[in-house]
Amino acid sequence: MNAEEKTIRPGRMHYCPVCGHTIAQRIIGEVMDELGIRERTIGTAPVGCAVLLYDYFNCDIIECPHGRIPAVATGIKRMRPDNIVFAYGGDGDLLSIGLAETIHCANRGENITMIFINNAVYGMTGGQMAPTTLIGQQTITTPKGRMATETGAPLRICEMFETLASPVFIERVAVHDAPHMQRAKQAIRKAFQNQIEGKGFSFVEVLSMCPTHWKMGGKEACQFVGNEMAGYFPIKKFRDADG
Amino acid sequence: MANQRIPMETEKTLVMGNVAMSEAAIRAGCRFYAGYPITPQNEVSEYLAQALPAAGGVFLQAESELAAINMVFGAASTGARAMTSSSSPGISLMQEALSFIAAAQIPCFIANIMRGGPGLGNIDGSQADYFQATRGGGHGDYRLIVLAPWSVQEMYDLTIRAFDLGDHYRNPVMLLADGILGQMAEAIEFRELSPHDKPVPKDWALTGCEGRKPNVIQTLYLQKKDALEAKNIELQAKYDRITRELQLSEACDMEDAEIAVVAYGTPARIAHWAVKKARERGIKACLFRPITLWPFPALALRAVAVRCQKLLVVEMSQGQMIEDVKLAFFGTDLRPRIDFMGRGGGWYPKPKELLAEILEVAKR
Ligand SMILES: Cc1ncc(C[n+]2csc(CCOP(=O)(O)OP(=O)(O)O)c2C)c(N)n1
Ligand code: SF4
Ligand SMILES: [Mg+2]
Repeated sequence: MNAEEKTIRPGRMHYCPVCGHTIAQRIIGEVMDELGIRERTIGTAPVGCAVLLYDYFNCDIIECPHGRIPAVATGIKRMRPDNIVFAYGGDGDLLSIGLAETIHCANRGENITMIFINNAVYGMTGGQMAPTTLIGQQTITTPKGRMATETGAPLRICEMFETLASPVFIERVAVHDAPHMQRAKQAIRKAFQNQIEGKGFSFVEVLSMCPTHWKMGGKEACQFVGNEMAGYFPIKKFRDADG
Repeated sequence: MANQRIPMETEKTLVMGNVAMSEAAIRAGCRFYAGYPITPQNEVSEYLAQALPAAGGVFLQAESELAAINMVFGAASTGARAMTSSSSPGISLMQEALSFIAAAQIPCFIANIMRGGPGLGNIDGSQADYFQATRGGGHGDYRLIVLAPWSVQEMYDLTIRAFDLGDHYRNPVMLLADGILGQMAEAIEFRELSPHDKPVPKDWALTGCEGRKPNVIQTLYLQKKDALEAKNIELQAKYDRITRELQLSEACDMEDAEIAVVAYGTPARIAHWAVKKARERGIKACLFRPITLWPFPALALRAVAVRCQKLLVVEMSQGQMIEDVKLAFFGTDLRPRIDFMGRGGGWYPKPKELLAEILEVAKR
């Protein structure tokens, strides 16, 4: 056991080809390696396609009840302030069933790093509507496309967080092409760096592909992120307390 | 009392049950509390908001009971002693997480200061959550250890014991007390209780993996076909062991008894008085008081029934523990007559009503 070991274990991940989870997790792993924090880190696994995160991450992990990641992460960080805690969850998890926990965790300014995978759909349960499903987007529970009059408009959490005083870092990134992956890595790096320096709640939303439930090829799914999703969810840095 | 920590070296001090329990938790080494306001247990958070940080711990008012119990899940998963408290509706909200915590075998302490139900019910004391506490409450095959105090002194003693038992068995432990016990004040001794065991090493705890293999706390067993059933069998073996080792109860006036009143919590106190009065009238009554509700002290109850042909079960509910009383004789030759007296909706059995009932049962 030593610092030379990599955060992401060797071998394949089980995600579908071009899934955003694979890319986001590899980026998190690289950042943890570069910051040398693997052995200090306690991660959370969500209930969603990424539930088996502990098969890939070579660090302490707890699998949380669906939606309760921010609460579990809060309990861990408060007891172990010197450890690095990352909270990782999808749109069903953090924005629907766990929205209260997500907002209150941010509002308390918990000194954790939260990575939010927005793939506009419930991946694990077979492609139902998520709070972030775009207007007009077809899912198995919105067969005619999502209608705002029926189910409201997609939730923009970064914009909601902007109204809160506590978060120190809020950025929305995407992983559909190499330049965006680079920016995503910088943001995730900053979100961990802030925690190491004790600055407070840092949040990165990752616009992610779910080609399987979007019923698209890989290339088309990447275009969907770059054009459709980024059109409604602007890719930008919303707040950086360091300017 | 709620804005001041109880000094270490006190002799007998008059305190409320909720405060005695809170102070006991600190003395047991609890360093994390999260909870959400609900009557009749608000004195717990009022006391701990001040006393726990002063003791170097963390107090958090959570956004809901869902969040509170999951914060406890996180805190306890690092190996810290952690707790939450609530009353009936709030405990209902915690059931999913309790299932996860039991599955992951994370020790922690949960106090349910029961109020009347179902629904919003009322804020008076009740024992109507017995099924929820002893049958699982949440989904899946799991058990909580459930302790039932009958005095403020026991609110204190059993809370300390609960933390030791939790660590010893790697299991969540619930203190199940009716609202009267939470609200009642009695003079108690803040005694040092030695842990029943050596401190248990928590090599499963999440602390960062430096110098060891990563620890994973998980409750999903999806990949291998037999993995979940193997986990179920492992858990059941532990529950069987607890059932063998931890049946706690107390019996009063048993020697020559012919009628046993079976009650826990506040009804046991009332029964204690009524049994004495019945004895003054020549009725050979005794009191049998379960202290662990799970595991239910079936063995000791059978010993009582060897003498007593008549049992009177008294509860502040429409009859829940009575099922365990009946089950205690399943597969034995014992066939005691079992009667029931219950008050619900926030009422407790009046002492004279209960005395009259004992006299009535004696005639049957
Ligand atoms: C309390 C509860 N409700 C529902 C589920 C079923 N469930 C599992 S994953 C999931 C949605 C996952 O969607 P998301 O969080 O967006 O993750 P993704 O798979 O898209 O990455 C649901 C509803 C559950 N496990 N627990
Ligand atoms: S279903 Fe979607 S989110 Fe899940 S692994 Fe496949 S592509 Fe990824
Ligand atoms: Mg999703």
